[in-house]
Amino acid sequence: MTTTAEVEKPRTDAGSEPAPRPRPGRIRRIGLPYLLLLPALVLELLVHLVPMVIGIVMSFKELTQFYIRDWGTAPWSGLDNYKVSVDFDAPVGEALLHSFLVTIGFTLLSVGLCWLIGTAAAIFMQDTFRGRGLLRALFLVPYALPVYAAVITWVFMFQHDNGLVNHVLHDQLHLTDKPSFWLIGDNSFYALLTVSVWKGWPFAFLIVMAGLQNIPGELYEAAALDGAGRWQQIRRITLPSLGAVNQVLLLVLFLWTFNDFNTPFVLFGRAAPEAADLISVHIYQASFVTWNFGTGSAMSVLLLLFLLAVTGVYLAVTSRGRRASHAR
Amino acid sequence: MRADSPMAPPRSFLWSRRIFLTLLTGFVLLPVYVMVSSSLKPLADVTGKFRWLPSGLTIRPYIDIWSTVPLARYFVNSLVVAGAATVCSVVIAVFSAYAVSRYDFRGKRVFTVTVLSTQMFPGILFLLPLFLLYVNIGNATGIALFGSRGGLILTYLTFSLPFSIWMLIGYFDSVPRDLDEAALVDGCGPLGALFRIVVPAAIPGIVAVAVYAFMTAWGEVLFASVMTNDTTRTLAVGLQGYSTLNDVYWNQIMAASLVVSVPVVAGFLLLQRYLVAGLTAGAVK
Amino acid sequence: MSTIRAAAAGAVVMSLALAATACGGGTSTDGEGSNKSPKTLTYWASNQGASIEVDKKVLQPELDKFEKETGIKVKLEVVPWSDLLNRILTATTSGQGPDVLNIGNTWSASLQATGALLPWDQANFAKIGGRDRFVDSALGSTGAQGKDPAAVPLYSMAYALYYNKQIFADAGIAQPPATWAELVADGKKIQAKGKQVLGAEGANVSENVHHVFVFAKQHGADFFTADGKPDFTSDGAVSAVKQYVDLMAKDKAIPQGNAEYAQNQSVSDFAKGKTAMLLWQSASANLKSQGMSEDKYGIAPVPVQSGTPGTGTQVNSMVAGINLAVFKNTDNLDGATQFVKFMTGDEEQKILNKAYSTIPPVASAQTDPGFNSAANAVLKDTLAKSAAALPQVADESQFETVIGTAVKELFADAAAGRAVTTESVKAKLAKAQQQMPTK
Repeated sequence: MTTTAEVEKPRTDAGSEPAPRPRPGRIRRIGLPYLLLLPALVLELLVHLVPMVIGIVMSFKELTQFYIRDWGTAPWSGLDNYKVSVDFDAPVGEALLHSFLVTIGFTLLSVGLCWLIGTAAAIFMQDTFRGRGLLRALFLVPYALPVYAAVITWVFMFQHDNGLVNHVLHDQLHLTDKPSFWLIGDNSFYALLTVSVWKGWPFAFLIVMAGLQNIPGELYEAAALDGAGRWQQIRRITLPSLGAVNQVLLLVLFLWTFNDFNTPFVLFGRAAPEAADLISVHIYQASFVTWNFGTGSAMSVLLLLFLLAVTGVYLAVTSRGRRASHAR
Repeated sequence: MRADSPMAPPRSFLWSRRIFLTLLTGFVLLPVYVMVSSSLKPLADVTGKFRWLPSGLTIRPYIDIWSTVPLARYFVNSLVVAGAATVCSVVIAVFSAYAVSRYDFRGKRVFTVTVLSTQMFPGILFLLPLFLLYVNIGNATGIALFGSRGGLILTYLTFSLPFSIWMLIGYFDSVPRDLDEAALVDGCGPLGALFRIVVPAAIPGIVAVAVYAFMTAWGEVLFASVMTNDTTRTLAVGLQGYSTLNDVYWNQIMAASLVVSVPVVAGFLLLQRYLVAGLTAGAVK
Repeated sequence: MSTIRAAAAGAVVMSLALAATACGGGTSTDGEGSNKSPKTLTYWASNQGASIEVDKKVLQPELDKFEKETGIKVKLEVVPWSDLLNRILTATTSGQGPDVLNIGNTWSASLQATGALLPWDQANFAKIGGRDRFVDSALGSTGAQGKDPAAVPLYSMAYALYYNKQIFADAGIAQPPATWAELVADGKKIQAKGKQVLGAEGANVSENVHHVFVFAKQHGADFFTADGKPDFTSDGAVSAVKQYVDLMAKDKAIPQGNAEYAQNQSVSDFAKGKTAMLLWQSASANLKSQGMSEDKYGIAPVPVQSGTPGTGTQVNSMVAGINLAVFKNTDNLDGATQFVKFMTGDEEQKILNKAYSTIPPVASAQTDPGFNSAANAVLKDTLAKSAAALPQVADESQFETVIGTAVKELFADAAAGRAVTTESVKAKLAKAQQQMPTK
């Protein structure tokens, strides 16, 4: 994406320079890109943008069970829903803050581990060795499995009485003095993290693997001539060359993990344990289970603002960092 | 590429690799093993203490899954929804990516930024609004979007659009412009150039995008749980049917999970070569 | 350039138009019932049988019968419990729902508050044979007091103590426990024989609420004040919740593993003979489908603190049951009413309640000898004498969620070996109360 096209693009913006040969189909040509974009545009409006606007409108309304039947008549509540959501001394706000912090901690750990495992695996599998193709296919299985099928399997493994995890940790290795609970209580955080990493790291692996193929072989040869060993090559060439890939990869992983609903929902159901109360399920609970869609919307809007801010800052910082390192 | 690297890797590297990859393989395979072995166990084996080896093998769960819940219908629904969403998503993404890659026009940046930023939206924010919107469109025009497969297809195809467009832009950028210039000179229209030159050259990218779109639609839970009914329910929601009033039929759940996973995983593994190639040229440039 | 501007303007106008239609959302639900499509009905049934497929097999022949009688075709959808409330909510919001539907009777007042359900006033009751056909206890759980019911009772259930005769005999217990103290004492004998004492669904929010509601009654407490305000932290409520959780935490009667049960695993445990006792509503059909025949277990009233079950602090069950409601905006009002009449008629009441091992809430159907088994005697007796309806307030469904979740978390604490004290219970309940809507 960073390559600037050397080749002249077919200019359609007639204002900037005189068209070489005025053709009769000019208007059609100006319209063409828009025509091509139209389907995507309409769908984005229909499915993403307009609903988002409606969601924002809803966040300013008192949308409880008394009004959901005809929410046009629900009274405007001004900023009340927001005030409730960010009043961290009151239980609703406190719970939201708690859930937010849990989500941040969970996301950072999950993204970090996914990235670490994915990168390590990709680098270790750069050379050809016997069984590499098979291993690569195998590693992609968690990513290819449908979320619910994979997570249901983990639910089974985490069962207290008949699960594999307790069988191994307690019955076979005797690491715990009694079987632990994984889907309720504090351990649920680690259960969630395990599942998330298991499911997420192959994506990092895939992207880093693709990124590695774009590193020119001459760089390694030059380094080898300089006497750099394998570990040094990884440190000096491989990792720095992945900068651009990592910038996008980490952001995408962050956003996907942060907004992930499917994993905690299939793992814990509607009411997640406090220790693993991710924000997407928390908001779902706040709106659907307690029938307060106004507050739920306000929470979602706050979440969106937070993600916008994070993404903006992240892109600004990393782009500057990259430009600086390019200039060197 | 590293295969012809001049120096053989040191022992420490080889050992680290061996240990790391072995552990990782174990981690990856563990749930897969549980899924496969449990699906062949009699019910008693999955309700008592976990057993590594079944006390007896049975294919009963694979027969029962079809009658405990209408799995076949869910399967067809998922197939129709995911298939249609994939086809539409790919076609639309190809058009959009071509426009962005090959033309300069006003609003281009706004378009790409907006489309990409939708990746940030928490699904829960527009679940209820989207649902209301579908219902109202249905009331106003008579087009049933809510509860129908059509509505689900529209939703899912839009979910995969941003990433698909973004990836294809990268891919199309890497297809030399001389090629389509030449086609244009030869008298092809812009669409001719797209379909005769650019698309064939971008097949790996397009396959990668299709795989992504299919997986997105096949695995989605949240919207499917609200927007489907008995006749249009997809696998994602339907699998919950195995744990009802009676018992949790873990062996059947595992068998069903395996059955619904096989088509996606097989397709994915067959196409993974393209996926890596597509990502290499597209997303990570 | 003008094309661009036009396109942009078009997009904006379109999005505004869409937003505007959406803002008018649900206007369609305003429409009162009509008779625009008199030949069809959509019916959402709740999952009463062993599985959804079983329900379809039970209900479809009856619906065919109805079609033969009236010429109205009923489209059946059996909605799993995990989806039912959400589906009703979305149907309420959009006005796109069934004509007739089953609701958990505890939701009556909450759903009544949305105004989406047809109120059963004198005139409507007259169309289905009058209010007097239904027994009082069942009518007590059909909506807020002083308002016309939002639904009519369809199946009635009550909690009872199911016990495994063999395990009791092995442990030398002659009589099922009548008080909690006896239950705990019997538990010791049962544990000595290596069996689990009492099954519970610790992670099932609804089950938790049902039990602590009864315990609260036995401690003379209510979760709502007379004027409908939440009051979760009274001494009685705290001791009630603590007593229930202590069955696991202190008395060790409920096995710790049950803390994560939410999918009726406790019923399977009982059916398999792992657990000696189970507190459940109308479990017979369920146990039978799991291969436990009726002679293997006994049914007794749920224990009380002391004495015998009755009213006031001697309450030992909630009024459990399923109600049948009509969506107000149905386009086949007459058909929907006819269908309700059909379903609550004597003949169907007998057939359906037998199939689900529930008690007919219709007095004239109750007299059928088929409902006179020992099992049903206990349930009928409980319903008539010692069952109380859950609070009939608009916030009931929120109450179920927050209290049920609090109990679930307390069970998780108990299972993890953490102390469950009066203070920790009170803190959890205080937090739950603060989560209740203030308006």
